[in-house]
Parts: sequence; structure tokens; C-alpha cells
Amino acid sequence: MKKKGWYRRLAAGIPLAAIAFLLSGCSVNMGILDPKGTIARQQLDLIIITSVLCVIILVPVLIMTYWFAWKYRHRGDGEYKPNWSHSSKIESVMWGVPIIVILIIAVLTVQYAHKLEPSKAIASEAKPITIEVTSLDWKWLFTYPEQGVASVNYVRFPANVPVEFKLTADAPMNSFWIPQLGGQIYTMSGMAMELNLMADHVGQYPGKGANFSGEHFGKMEFIAEATSQEDFDKWVADVKGSSPALTEQGYGELAEPGIVEKPTTYSSFPEGLFDRIVNKYSAGAGSGHHHGSSSSDGESADEAQAMDMGAMDMGTAGDSSTATTEHAHQHN
Amino acid sequence: MANHGNHAASGAHGHDHGHGGHHDLEALRQMGFWLFLITDCILFGTLFATYIVLHNNTAGGPTASELFEMPGVIAETFILLTSSFTSGLAVLCMNRGNRQGLIGWLAVTAILGAAFIGLEVSEFLKMVDEGAKISTSAFLSGFYTLVGTHGLHVSVGLCWMIALMFQLRKHGITSVTRRKVNVISLYWHFLDVVWIFVFTIVYMMGVM
Amino acid sequence: MLDKIKDFASDFFVTGDPLIYGADVAIVLTMAAVVFVLSYFKKWGWLWREWLTTVDHKKIGIMYIIAALLMLFRGGVDALLMRTQLVMPEMDFLKPEHYNEIFTTHGVIMILFMAMPLMFGLFNIAVPLQIGARDVAFPFLNSLSFWLFFMGAMLFNLSFVIGGSPNAGWLAYPPLSEKMFNPGVGQDFYIWGIQISGIGSLMTGINFIVTILKMRAPGMKLMKMPMFTWSVLASSLTIILAFPILTVTLALLFIDRFLGAHFFTLDAGGNPMMYINLIWMWGHPEVYIVILPAFGIFSEIVSTFSKKKLFGYKSMVFALMSISVVSFFTWAHHFFTMGSGANVNAFFAVSTMIIAIPTGVKVFNWILTMYKGKISFKTPMLWTMGFIPCFVVGGMTGVLLSVAPADFQFHNSYFLIAHFHQVLIGGVAFGYFAGLYYWWPKMFGFSLNEKLGKWAFWLWNIGFYVCFMPQYLLGLMGMTRRYSSYSWDTGWFELNLVSTIGGFLMGIGFLFQVWQILHSIKFMQKDTTGDPWDGRTLEWSIPSPAPEYNFATEPRVSAMDDWWEKKQKLASGGAPEPKPALEPIHMPKNSGIPIIKATFWFIAGFGFVFDWMWMAIPGLIGVAACMLAHSFNYDTDYYIPVDEIKRTEAAAGRGV
Repeated sequence: MKKKGWYRRLAAGIPLAAIAFLLSGCSVNMGILDPKGTIARQQLDLIIITSVLCVIILVPVLIMTYWFAWKYRHRGDGEYKPNWSHSSKIESVMWGVPIIVILIIAVLTVQYAHKLEPSKAIASEAKPITIEVTSLDWKWLFTYPEQGVASVNYVRFPANVPVEFKLTADAPMNSFWIPQLGGQIYTMSGMAMELNLMADHVGQYPGKGANFSGEHFGKMEFIAEATSQEDFDKWVADVKGSSPALTEQGYGELAEPGIVEKPTTYSSFPEGLFDRIVNKYSAGAGSGHHHGSSSSDGESADEAQAMDMGAMDMGTAGDSSTATTEHAHQHN
Repeated sequence: MANHGNHAASGAHGHDHGHGGHHDLEALRQMGFWLFLITDCILFGTLFATYIVLHNNTAGGPTASELFEMPGVIAETFILLTSSFTSGLAVLCMNRGNRQGLIGWLAVTAILGAAFIGLEVSEFLKMVDEGAKISTSAFLSGFYTLVGTHGLHVSVGLCWMIALMFQLRKHGITSVTRRKVNVISLYWHFLDVVWIFVFTIVYMMGVM
Repeated sequence: MLDKIKDFASDFFVTGDPLIYGADVAIVLTMAAVVFVLSYFKKWGWLWREWLTTVDHKKIGIMYIIAALLMLFRGGVDALLMRTQLVMPEMDFLKPEHYNEIFTTHGVIMILFMAMPLMFGLFNIAVPLQIGARDVAFPFLNSLSFWLFFMGAMLFNLSFVIGGSPNAGWLAYPPLSEKMFNPGVGQDFYIWGIQISGIGSLMTGINFIVTILKMRAPGMKLMKMPMFTWSVLASSLTIILAFPILTVTLALLFIDRFLGAHFFTLDAGGNPMMYINLIWMWGHPEVYIVILPAFGIFSEIVSTFSKKKLFGYKSMVFALMSISVVSFFTWAHHFFTMGSGANVNAFFAVSTMIIAIPTGVKVFNWILTMYKGKISFKTPMLWTMGFIPCFVVGGMTGVLLSVAPADFQFHNSYFLIAHFHQVLIGGVAFGYFAGLYYWWPKMFGFSLNEKLGKWAFWLWNIGFYVCFMPQYLLGLMGMTRRYSSYSWDTGWFELNLVSTIGGFLMGIGFLFQVWQILHSIKFMQKDTTGDPWDGRTLEWSIPSPAPEYNFATEPRVSAMDDWWEKKQKLASGGAPEPKPALEPIHMPKNSGIPIIKATFWFIAGFGFVFDWMWMAIPGLIGVAACMLAHSFNYDTDYYIPVDEIKRTEAAAGRGV
């Protein structure tokens, strides 16, 4: 146990030392190493635990490699046994240790996969806030269904309140990522994805479009700002008071490929915009141009999509299992 | 010719791990063809998977049950199954050393294959005429691609079969032509099996 | 009229960038120089007879390797251009659209047109010799595979100067790669370049499975096969199961673009996510296809240079085979963030981790092979020693990435970039380099200069860590892949600078390799023994370079590492085995059909890229005509008489 602590410190220590070296002088955002949200914190824990488990195998392997290479070098004094090539004892250790380590990591992974499932609501006393996110070519549109305001390349929410992001795309797929608050999720047209995050510190956190989506995808950066509840309410009021409205036509222009240099805010947005964007591409029987017919159907479109994904998984899984049966035949 | 004769003879008793420098070339080729069929299975498997994923995505266009006309499809099926049987008869003739019968049954098989292709093409043309094009919906993209790929395989098989008939006329039944006939009949049976899947998954489940 | 031609030319040729004009000039000059040299020395006939139409696996192997090294150069230049753009914040060296093209072509070239042909080259060089065969099972098909690869690669590279390069990433995710978002021809070059060479890869897979299963020398049971041959078998099986999926996927994408179908479009019911599933069902096995043979190479080298039997042969075989099976069940780990739910993610996470077990076991095998050996550190062994720590660390970060809930933070970041470069450079590239150095004397009959080789190794090895270790940190700091520039306030400058320096160190390492080859050609050290490393397997029992028929008489195998055992027996005073009498050797005839057929494929592909049916259809007809011509040709082989064998063996210093 004592030893493990030492490894843990080492594992954490190497990057930290490097960071300290790099940071001497300037303050740099350390991304996922400096979590400011409950999800990111747990993800970092998981990363550190699995790193340590891996290091348990890594270190002896490296030591053995260099030690044997030195000891049994051509001019060395090591014993020479040219035909020694099998030992059941050693081989069972050689299989056993990785199996045990992987087993532990696998159990952890399954647990955390459920615990940190992005669509799972975060337990908190505060009432969650919903923010709808649409990735466009090449900017982010945030709409607040409860507050009625909207913004581009800037999102604000209260700290210590769970945020329920609903995400879609009205352009090639992208990925919504705020490293300091938690992992990313794809934004895909025709689907409403869900990502639950919660900031536990007030502050500004860089967010990015992590999945390549064409020419200026590098400009799809945004600021996620967590503030106190009062500041957030004040901001909403300010935006309502002073910003222009996002009209249907304005959205059309916004959705055209191009970049937005400065974050902007809107005092209002067309009712049901997000659901319409989702439905525009949903696959089922409807045509691709059912504008406005079923703004309340967000949920059911979601379900249809989920079924689609399920069918696809079955199809593909079935396919690969036939592939492996053939494989097995090959051996016989 | 004599060379090939040599080969088959020396390969016959070393077909497992080869023997001398003379591996049984024809056995190697037969095995290569089996491997090719495995890759073709995966190819069709992938196409079936995409069709299954997309078959409900009609995007306002015609659906399977509106589009498919079963009598024609059943006729196609019957013709192709029969051609599989006649290609089997061709192999039987070959094994008895009957070249004329072999070429004759291959010809019957080829004619049946051509009839199948003719029916399929007219079915496609009729659908396109009704406005059901490959660009109409994801369902139709999947349909035309899957069924068309099968049709393309049959057409390639046809050309190959005709070429083989000429070769049989010229060279007679030798170890080389024997392997070629075996391989094409294998290929033909394989396409038959694929068609049974097409018939079941695309047409039957489509109209049900 | 002139204006029309001008218009066409400015669309047809890529214009407006001095970099590209420079490349144009270089290409034209090089081609002119090649044509001139060949004509001046009257070498056209020689080139056609000895190389272009050859069906000899050794020559085909050499052609694969030459093509792969050229592609390594192109892909490497792409890499250095990217590193230059990223050397500091807000650089204006490459515009975003160029940067996008460059990372796309870098990825495609390195995997499909560098790693794959280098691998096939080594298959061709080593496998028939290792199993005591005269050639591969289907020499004609082998030549066709090579030419299809070559023409596919040329078609892809043509997009650099004609029409415009693809720019949707190396896997061309739709809808970005669909006509709607990508109307240019670059994406069509991508599809046809990969499609044509992919057919070649598939046939190579079939060819080597049959070769290995059916053409081994008498006595070489499966469990006595050299480990490299095992790894080729595992890799080839994976190829034939995975590549058809790629063929279908790209075909569907092309049907979308060409006929307006809706497989992966946003509208009319298309499903882009299906493409991502399909492409990774090929893409993940693909990385194991290229890494498994590297494992085989390391096994050969560790055992040869430790002068010791490979430890745990059965474990190794089992590990190779299980990796090739499990690799088909991990594809979804490339998109844990697609929202498939905790259970699906957990399944694919665990299946991915399972692969780490046999992989880790192999590392133990190599280490224990060195244990109680007598290790000499020639260049092939040096690369192996560079590989082990690099691959172990890369494998470890791979396990981290496979932990689905953590992957939400690593995905699409430089952490991922660093990981896969670590396993692909540290594993695949180091492995193939090691193999190249190892079998070089067998290919050409002379050894490479050790001193320059060591320089190249250290530059590559140090350059690698300098380049990619900072990228792990950059990823953790939130740097996303495929960014063409970043701002000063990100704090990524120092690490990127270091990384770029590392990249250039590797570039210099490559130059040292080129120098090493040229130097060794000039001051040729002939390998007269045929066995420069004191080898263990059959390829070292014949002269270097191997005569065209490989083995004068077919070897009889009685043990694993048969050649080593025979040498040991002789050294301990055993009587040499009686040599069987020579017999005429049956050989396949050269054929011009493969290169002609591949050229027709090239023409058809080019026609489809530009929607020129007048070109595509004749191209396809040409392909069909070549197939028929081959089918009607019954005169495909000949015999080498005993006299000629005697002369050849005597010239190589072997009495018969």
C-alpha cells in the first residue's frame, strides 16, 4: 500500500513537475488537470487511478528490458542458455498479472461508465437549468428555453447548479467540450443528445468544438462562464433588455457557413427552434422539410433515433459475429 | 498441356502441405476462390446491414410494400434457382467426361441467368419510371445498391461462363478447365444463396 | 477558345500557392530526368522485362518498399508542414483550407500508402523464403496487387496538383465528405485512390493465406512456422475479413456523391453515423493488420540477435490469433462520445482492454527471450530496443483511452494524437524499419552501414519522444486535434515548439537513412555468406540475394528454427545432410497484364473522379478485356533446366 502511494505520487508528480516548469511565470489553463466541475473531477480521479494501475506493469517491464539487455549483452558475463524457451510458471504469471490488472480496470470502467453517463442527471438540491446547444458552421448557438434568451459562442450558467445541455447540429457533426467541466459529446443533426455538467467554482472556462467539421472549425471556440445565481439572473435581464432578438430569418443567416468574431447575445429566439432543427433531419417517414409542424415532438424524434441506433448496432454486431465464425472455420 | 498433366499428378499425393516443388496449383486456386467467397460474404453482409438500417427511412417516398410486385420477383427467384440446378447438371456431365453435355448445360444456365437479369432490369426501369429513383430516399438507395450489386455479380458470372464455354470448346476437359467449371458453379450457387437472402429480407419482409 | 482552355486549366490544376508550383516543377523535372536516364542508357526494355512485368515475389517486394519509402517522404513532408504551422501561435504559414488538406493526405498516405505497402513488401520478401516455397501461391495476382496499389497511390497523389486534395480527414466522415459540403473532386480522388489500392490489398490477403497454409516446405508443421509467418497469417486473415467492409463503405459514399443517393446524407433519411460505424469496423482491425506483422518481425529479430529460441512460442501464436479475432469487436471505442449509452460503451471499453492482455504478454515474451541470451546490438536489434519501451508506454495510454468515461476527456485531443503516433511510429514504423534492416542483405546481397544506421536510429528515437511527449500534455491541457492555429493566451506555445523540434529531428533521421542507403550502395559490403546475422530460419540458408527460384532443392524441415538447428548439428560434428538431386524447377512466366489492367483501373478511376464517362467507361472495358485476356491465356509457366540451376548456384558460391 505504501508502495502504491509512492507510485501515485510519481504518476501525478511527473506531469505536475513538467507543468510547474512550464508555468513558471505565466498562468496557463491546465484543462482537464485543473477540473472545476463535479464530472471533470471524477474523470480526473479515474484517469489517475487507471494510470497508476498501468504503471504497476509498466515499471517492472521497463526495468527488466534494460536490465536484461545490459546483463545478457554479447560481451557480458550473463549465463547463456540458448534453448531455454518455456516455463509454465513464468507464463502463467505473464498472463495472470495483465489479466488481473485489466480486470480491475474493467470493473472500474463499467462502474464509472454508469456513474458518469453523460445523459444521467446530476444529483443536486438545486433545480437544474436546461440549455440547448446547436453547432453550426462554424459557431455555437446556445438557446435558453426557460429564460428565453440566446447567445453565440458564449454560454453562461450559475455555478453549483446542474446544467442539462441538449445538443444537436445544423451542420456536419461536431463535439461539444468544456475540458474543465467534463467530457465531450457529439452534436449530430437529427438527434438531441444530452450532457449533464455542473461547475463547482465561479469562473470562465474555455470550450471548444472538438470534432473536425470543415474549413474554419478551429474558430469554434466559446467561453463557458459559471457565475453566482444573482449574476446569472442579472445577465439574463441585461440581455433581455439590451440585445436584439434572434428572428427566424436571423437564424437562417447565422446558420450560413462563416465565423463569428465576437460572442453575441439575443434577447429572444423563435419558439421551438431547437426541436425544429432536430426534426428537420430526423430520419423516419416524414420528409426532410417538415418545418414547424411538430415542435412538441422533440421527445419522440429522440426515441425514433434511439431505435435507429439500436437497429444499427444489432445489424453491425450481427455482421461482425458472422465474420468471426468464418474466422473460426479458417482455423479448423 | 502436358505440363499441367504433370502437375495434377504430382500434386495429387501432396495436397496437404505441398510436395516437391510441384504444388497442386489447381487445388491452390480452388482454395483461393473459397477465400474470395468469404470476402464476398462480408461484402454482402455489409450491404444487408446498411439496407436493414435504412429500410424504414423512406423520407416521404414510396415504401417497400407500395413498390414491390411479387409475381415478377417470384419468377426471378424460380429462374435463378433453376439455373443453379442446371449448373449442377453441367458439373455432373463434366465428371462423366461429357464435354458436349457440359457446354450445353452451361449454355442453359447462362440463358436462365440472362433471363433473370432481363427481368431485374425491367423491374428497376419500371420503378424508376414510377419515380422511385436511387436518389429518392435512403431506403431506395439501399435497395438499388444491394439488389443491383447482386445483379452485377450475376452479370459478371454470365460473361465469365460464356468465356469458359469457348475455352472448353478449345481445350476440352483438363485439370485447368475442370477447376474453372467447379469454381464458376460454386460462384453460381453462392449467388443463389445470396438471392434467397435478398428475397427474404428485402422482398418478403418488405411486403409483409 | 483560349479563354476556355485557361478556365479549364485553372479549375483542373491546383493553382495559387507557391508551395504547389514548386512541387509541380519538382515533379516535372524528376519525371523528365527519369525518362531521360532510362532512354539514354537504353533501359526501357530492361525495366519492362525485369521489373514492370515481373511476377517474382522478391522483385515485387522491392518495388513495394521503394514505393513505400517515396510515400514516407511525401507523408513526412506533410507532417513537417503541419508542425511548422503549429510551431507558434497565430502562424500564417498555411491557411486553414491547406492545413485541412495536409492532415487528410498525411493520414491517408501514412496508413494506406506507406505502412500497408511497406508491410506487403516485407511479406513478399520474407514469407516465401521463410517457409521454403518457390513463390507465393498466385504470382500473377501478386503482381496485380502491387500495380493496383501503385496506381491507386498515384491517383491519390495526383490530387495534389490536379483538381485539389481531399480535406475531410483521413476517414472522410460524412456529411462533411458528401457533395453538399464538399463539392470538389478531392474527395473522389480519395475514394478511388483507396478503392483501387484496397482491392489489391484484399487480394494480397487471400494470396498469403493460401501461400502459408498450402505451400510450406515438407515437415514444416504449423507449429514449427517462423513467428513472422504466423503474424502474416494473422494479419492476412484480418485483411480478408475487414477490407470488404471498406470497399462497401467507400462505394456507398461514392454512390452518394455520384448518383445522389442518400446513405450518409443529412437529408432524405441518410444516416451519417452508419458511415462512422462501418469505417471503423474496417479501421480498427486495420491498425492491427499493420501492427501484427511488426510483432512478428520483432520476434524474429529478438530471437536471432539474442541467439536464443523465442520464449513462449505457443503463447505468442495464441496472442497473435486472439488479437486478430478481438480486433473486430472494438470498433465503437473510436466514438464513445456518440451517446450510445453506458452499456454499449462499457462493452466496447472492456473488449478493447482485453486486447491489451495478449499484447502485453508478447512484450514479456520478447524480454524473456533476451533473458539468458547473448545479445548483440546491430541496427535491427537497436530498433527493437527502441520499440519495447515506446510501445509499452503507448499501449498504456491506449488502455487509458479505452476507459470509456475517461475517454470523454481524451477524445479528439492531442492526447489521442500522441497515443496513436506512439503505437504507429514506435510500433509499426520502428518494426518495419527493423525488418528492412534485417532482411536488407537478403534482398540486395549487401549490408547497410551500421554507423549511419545508428545515427538514424538515435535521431528517430529521440526525435520521437521530443515530438510526442509534449503532445500528451497538450491534449490534457485541452488542445484539440486538427486545429490549424491557436492563440497566444492558450499557453500551448512552448510545448508546440518542443514538439516541432522533435518532428524535425525525425525528419533528419529519415535523411540519415537515405544517406545510409546511398553510402552503402557506393561502398558495397557484399554479403557472401547469405547468413550475415547468424540467422535461424530458412531464408538464411540460401545465397543473398536469393536466386529467382529461391531454393535449388526443396528444403526438408524437421524442427522449429530449422536452419539454426542444422548449423548447431554441423558445429557439433554431425554429418551434413545428403543433398537431393536437382530437378527442373517449375516457374510462372512474367506477364504484362497486371500493369496494363491496373493502368486501365487508373484511367477509369480518373474518369469517375471528374465525371468523365467517355474516359471511365473505356477504362472499365479495358479492365474487362485484361481479365478475359488472362483467362484465355493457357501458357503461363515454364521450367528452369538443371544446368541453369547448377550455374546459378555455382556463381553464388554454392557447390551442388
